[in-house]
Amino acid sequence: MSRNIYVKHRPAVIGAGLTLFRRRMLETPKELAWIAAKQALDEAGLTLKDIDCVVIGSAPDTFDGVHMKGEYLADGAGGVGKPTMRVFVGGATGVMVPIAAWWHVASGHCKTVLAVAEEKMSDADIPHPQAVFRYIWDPVTEVPLQPNLIWIFALEMHRYMYKCGVKKEDIALVSVKNKRNALDHPAAQVAANITVDDVLKSEVLVWPVQLLDISPVSDGAAAFVVASEDVARRQTDTPVWIDGVGWALDTTSWTNRDLAFPEYANVAAQMAYRMAGIVNPRKEIDVAEVYDPFDYKELHHMEGLGLAKKCEAPKLTKEGVTQRDGDLPINPSGGLLGVGNPIAAAGVMKVAEIYWQLAGKAGKRQVKKPVYTGLAHAWGDLMQASTVVVMRV
Amino acid sequence: MSRRVAIIGVGWYGFRPVVEEASFREMMFEAAVRAYEDAGGINPRTDVDAFASCQEDFWEGIAIADEFAPEPIGGTLRPVFTTPGDGLQCVASAYMLIKTGQFDIVVAESHAKPSDIVSMHEIMLFAMDPITVRAINMPNYHALAALEAQAYMSRYNVPREALAYVVAKDKRNALLNERASYGANVTVDDVLNSPYVVSPLTKLDIAPFVDAAAVVVLASEDVAKRYTDTPIWIDGIHWVTEDPSLEYHSWEFPMHALKAAEAAYKMAGISDPIKELNFAEIDSRYSFKELQFIEALKLAPVGEAHKLMLEGTFDRDGLFPVNPSGGALGEGVPLEVHGLARLIDAVLQLRGEAGRAQLSKAERAVIHSWRGVPTTTSVVAVLSR
Repeated sequence: MSRNIYVKHRPAVIGAGLTLFRRRMLETPKELAWIAAKQALDEAGLTLKDIDCVVIGSAPDTFDGVHMKGEYLADGAGGVGKPTMRVFVGGATGVMVPIAAWWHVASGHCKTVLAVAEEKMSDADIPHPQAVFRYIWDPVTEVPLQPNLIWIFALEMHRYMYKCGVKKEDIALVSVKNKRNALDHPAAQVAANITVDDVLKSEVLVWPVQLLDISPVSDGAAAFVVASEDVARRQTDTPVWIDGVGWALDTTSWTNRDLAFPEYANVAAQMAYRMAGIVNPRKEIDVAEVYDPFDYKELHHMEGLGLAKKCEAPKLTKEGVTQRDGDLPINPSGGLLGVGNPIAAAGVMKVAEIYWQLAGKAGKRQVKKPVYTGLAHAWGDLMQASTVVVMRV
Repeated sequence: MSRRVAIIGVGWYGFRPVVEEASFREMMFEAAVRAYEDAGGINPRTDVDAFASCQEDFWEGIAIADEFAPEPIGGTLRPVFTTPGDGLQCVASAYMLIKTGQFDIVVAESHAKPSDIVSMHEIMLFAMDPITVRAINMPNYHALAALEAQAYMSRYNVPREALAYVVAKDKRNALLNERASYGANVTVDDVLNSPYVVSPLTKLDIAPFVDAAAVVVLASEDVAKRYTDTPIWIDGIHWVTEDPSLEYHSWEFPMHALKAAEAAYKMAGISDPIKELNFAEIDSRYSFKELQFIEALKLAPVGEAHKLMLEGTFDRDGLFPVNPSGGALGEGVPLEVHGLARLIDAVLQLRGEAGRAQLSKAERAVIHSWRGVPTTTSVVAVLSR
């Protein structure tokens, strides 16, 4: 991996769109995908005819209940008669989508890419969408134990709290911040003005994970358009360049890892930083959308991404550094905790937010300080995958 | 960056109806070790810049099968991702990654263990639109292919003998291929006299499944020359998805393959494929599909492939051998490995390492994959020595 100055066809995001994020949408997955795709095309000032390639992101097929979901979604995502490629890295899929769009354009294979992510978790409703996660484990050694996904996050949260001496009160601040940020997001599902006390008094799911520590079950879609430099400059005055991409998968054997620090996020971020020429991420990244399906995960990932030192993220949060008017705004959109978590679409929502923030189009959500460099991150699989993009104006 | 992309190593494991001795992860490992050795002994932990894995969740029986991709191929804590698609789509991604100039060696992997799948038919029903098609609850998903066959045969007056000829040719070719489990000396009459599974397709017209894993190592031009004396170049590669709504897609002709082929040929600078290429390895999950794809890849005029087929044009000693390996009908269909199987067969031919199956002239070839009903995606690539 070298500096991106060697990339000939510099890719830029030139438009984005998303549907409402809700618990039960009445639209079909195809319809959701198209609503988001159309918005992105409109903002980019393009029509489907102008699109060379399509990238689809969608996490487990089991949620929508459709085998070969990429094929099924192809028309809704605008991929008919075009080269259409789906990428999939579990929960981290959302930010794998811009990475794939990046290589479609940077390679010179396509000039314009429509990237669409969709998830309809509510379709997997018997008895609850959570049940899908019974089938993500090692079929021989783990499935017979019938683990629940929240268990392992409870283990990880506990480990992080113990290793860094963090209290639940400090972690709850993340949930409070993100749900409040989401009040300004028109697509938000679970925006709210809550207090730390509300989080601590919410239902215990698997100690120490409580109801308000966790993002909801959501349906939704999100999309954006990536174009090569010549097209981007023609279409808009505010192209947002994808200057660095990075991703990594750690071992499947999550039991063999130290859960206190997300090594995979670190490896992915270092790859993206190297490419974007970033030496000191804490100083050079102005705004970040960090994957926050659980409140502790935002802190955990900030440290993995080098946006905070080890065990420092709770302190930064407490000091208000990560607020929208702070020195390093984290999740100004409201994140997964506030806007909702339709897996792959949630990651693309984060990419869209960084695009809008850097282009100065975030409206009420625009962060206070001027921003030039942003980062979007997603995380998934068996607590093992991270995807990172660094974007610049 | 206009640097060329080469295939520097291929490795495979299985290609048997049932691989009993190894799990899918062990099969991946075996294929990967062979591919890395074939690529001049690269070390995946340090030499490979990215890994692409092609697999589908429902066929794996794991809700997020991507989790199991990194370890067997040496990708732990490295850039690994999954494309739920045919192995050649992973090769396409690897190709693009190298073309960006940021990646030198990229690995494409795919594996399949259909022998582990107890409810293939039910899974295939899940691939159909939940509102419009799944509700029909068709008793055999091959019916979708049979309908396409009927539409194609009546539109272009294709006799069943041509389909039977494809089966006999491919199964005979497979007898020379060490990876093929379904080679046989069957005659056109044997096929015509078999009972229908879904008219007009008999059991012999439908390719059976096999368990297999395959790994392909790709590299940029300058790096490739460091590792091998026989790089196989990717001159062009493209993939196209047609309308996935069965109600709207063309039943008579696979436009996706035609469009993908046109783009791949353009990249490779090919205007007359039958003259400029030596042979083809293409999808033949159903006998009539080989005829359709021969036309879509411009190896015969549309609607004429059956005539040329019956004249022996596409035999292994004919004017233009198609599926000299035996293709899917002879080797079987290893789900998403199918495209990589076509690629491996072509690479070995181009290197002159195809053993008893070796063609006398193999310098440039076209390969193609399709994902089976009800999908509408084709990948086409042009490879050269």
